[in-house]
Amino acid sequence: MSGHGAIVSLRGLRKSYGVGTPVEVEVLHGIDFDLAEGEFCALIGPSGSGKSTLLNLIGLLERPTSGELSIAGEATRGLGEQALTRLRGRHIGFVFQFHHLLPAFTALENVMMPSIIERGVATAEAEATARELLARVGLKGHENKKANQISGGQQQRVAIARALSLAPRLILADEPTGNLDTQTADDIFALLREFNRERGSACLIVTHDPRLAARCDRQIELVDGRVARDGR
Amino acid sequence: MSRPRLPFEFLVALRFLREGRMQTALILLGVTGGVAVIVFLSQLISQLQASIIDRVLGSQAHVVMRPLEEANLRAMPEAGSIALVEPRAQRLRSIDQWEAMVKLAEVQPRVVAVSPVVSGPAFALRGRASKSVALLGVDPDRYRRIVKMDTYMTRGTFQVEGSNAIIGVELAKDLGVTVGDKMYLRAAGGRDELLQITGLFDIGNKDLNRRWVFTTMKLAQSLLDLPGGVSNIDITVADIFDAQDVSDRLQAGSGLTVESWMTTNSQLLAALRNQTVSNNLIRSFVIVIVALGISSVLVVSVVQKQKEIGILRAMGTSSNRVMGIFLLQGGLVGFVGALVGVALAWGLLVFFSTVYRSGDGAPLFQPQLDAGIALSAAGIALVVGVLAALIPARRAAKMDPVQAIRS
Repeated sequence: MSGHGAIVSLRGLRKSYGVGTPVEVEVLHGIDFDLAEGEFCALIGPSGSGKSTLLNLIGLLERPTSGELSIAGEATRGLGEQALTRLRGRHIGFVFQFHHLLPAFTALENVMMPSIIERGVATAEAEATARELLARVGLKGHENKKANQISGGQQQRVAIARALSLAPRLILADEPTGNLDTQTADDIFALLREFNRERGSACLIVTHDPRLAARCDRQIELVDGRVARDGR
Repeated sequence: MSRPRLPFEFLVALRFLREGRMQTALILLGVTGGVAVIVFLSQLISQLQASIIDRVLGSQAHVVMRPLEEANLRAMPEAGSIALVEPRAQRLRSIDQWEAMVKLAEVQPRVVAVSPVVSGPAFALRGRASKSVALLGVDPDRYRRIVKMDTYMTRGTFQVEGSNAIIGVELAKDLGVTVGDKMYLRAAGGRDELLQITGLFDIGNKDLNRRWVFTTMKLAQSLLDLPGGVSNIDITVADIFDAQDVSDRLQAGSGLTVESWMTTNSQLLAALRNQTVSNNLIRSFVIVIVALGISSVLVVSVVQKQKEIGILRAMGTSSNRVMGIFLLQGGLVGFVGALVGVALAWGLLVFFSTVYRSGDGAPLFQPQLDAGIALSAAGIALVVGVLAALIPARRAAKMDPVQAIRS
């Protein structure tokens, strides 16, 4: 399997913590897989299996101890902090478990933030995109509410709109429905699926919920830092 | 509400400051207080100093040239003999070739005015009253550029001719005379003259108001037995702090005794310098304290904003820009604090100008704000704000985004 045409390509990816100390521990023991453009994939596994670590590595928030990691065909080994930040901003959208909106900003501003970071200022275009995205996630009329003045489900919708605001080729979601009730969780999941189909953004979703995992095109199961199963 | 217009770093820095209202208010208060203290103190001290120097120099020449003191010259003592030499009494003498010396002084750079003066001790007599005075024979047109006599005149003008005299208000009171009256002036040598009083002055110094008697140079020369001579040459320089310099050069050029106001008032000058030093010390302490305040509040803010920093990083904000956000917060706080602080200092100056009054009830200083002092204080506050934010900003930039988000 070559990394060609893949949005994410992992080869022998390892991650250890506490390198060089007596408590050094390897969390990922060589991970190999590719994620194709537009693929909708669940990352499952028990707690402590390394799912979140893997997601952080792919999201370029952490660096692997060894192995190859390419994003959108660009090898990340040896890239500096600035280059990684640029790559992350350009191709990757995050949806965290606890939504992680900026409380000092309104819903609209939160959705515009990736664009503001990218361009330096808020453009009219970014505002139009953000309003459209908020309408799509069902939050029309909530644009000017502060992030901490809306419900958990609404916050997660804002977070999804935000992840999509720069039309990234890859969305990384770390238990996006983890703290939501079943109905809301289903809605959020459906929303991700919809955007995946519509815009072709690949999604890698960490989840504990086998019901949701089953609804993905592909399931990668991690056990003890290794890929135990990779099936469609 | 439409979209925010500010650049990213400004937008986030302002929101962070607005969000941490209490902390922002606290550091703003600190910066405002610090700037106000610095501006107020600097302004107060510089104005008080200017006012003190003004008062001292209001009745004194910047530089005075006098004849050299007379010294005993002795032949070589015979071997084996002992000589006890007493210092010689100094008589009143004229400056040799004073016209040439006046010219010499006039051509010096930075010299504004030169006035030859014939001065010596005398007694003012009227009826049974006898007062010891200092007789000053001057050319009024030259002398008014040394001491601003015109501004001190309470009656008449500062103009003397023939046997006219101008005396101080205290002497007039002591002798019971006023403009139009006559008084006797007897010099130490015994010569005397009947003088017509044509003007009264009030220099703001009781001693001088009691002692100074102005006449023409000619009259003073004849009374003091200095025919055609002058006893000293008074000089005004453009910048009062050049006086010592000018004095040194004149001394070298003329061979006379030349003294500047800075030598004759060395104690005053030392006191003023000490005041400046202690002012600088206070300023430095205030700056350090304000910087520590900004720094510590921002450090706390960085810790509180960990999660937000992590989110911003995950969305593609580089660590340099995160650093910029916190430096900007320091700079903004410094800048705004400086503006409010300067305003507060102005208020304090206005208030204290009505509280601090000299003996005669006149305000000791006028409330005024030197643009230089205000601008430099504002500049310092801005720089201190940014520097104080450096440590917190670096901390924010170094924060691991994963840890920051998880926390």
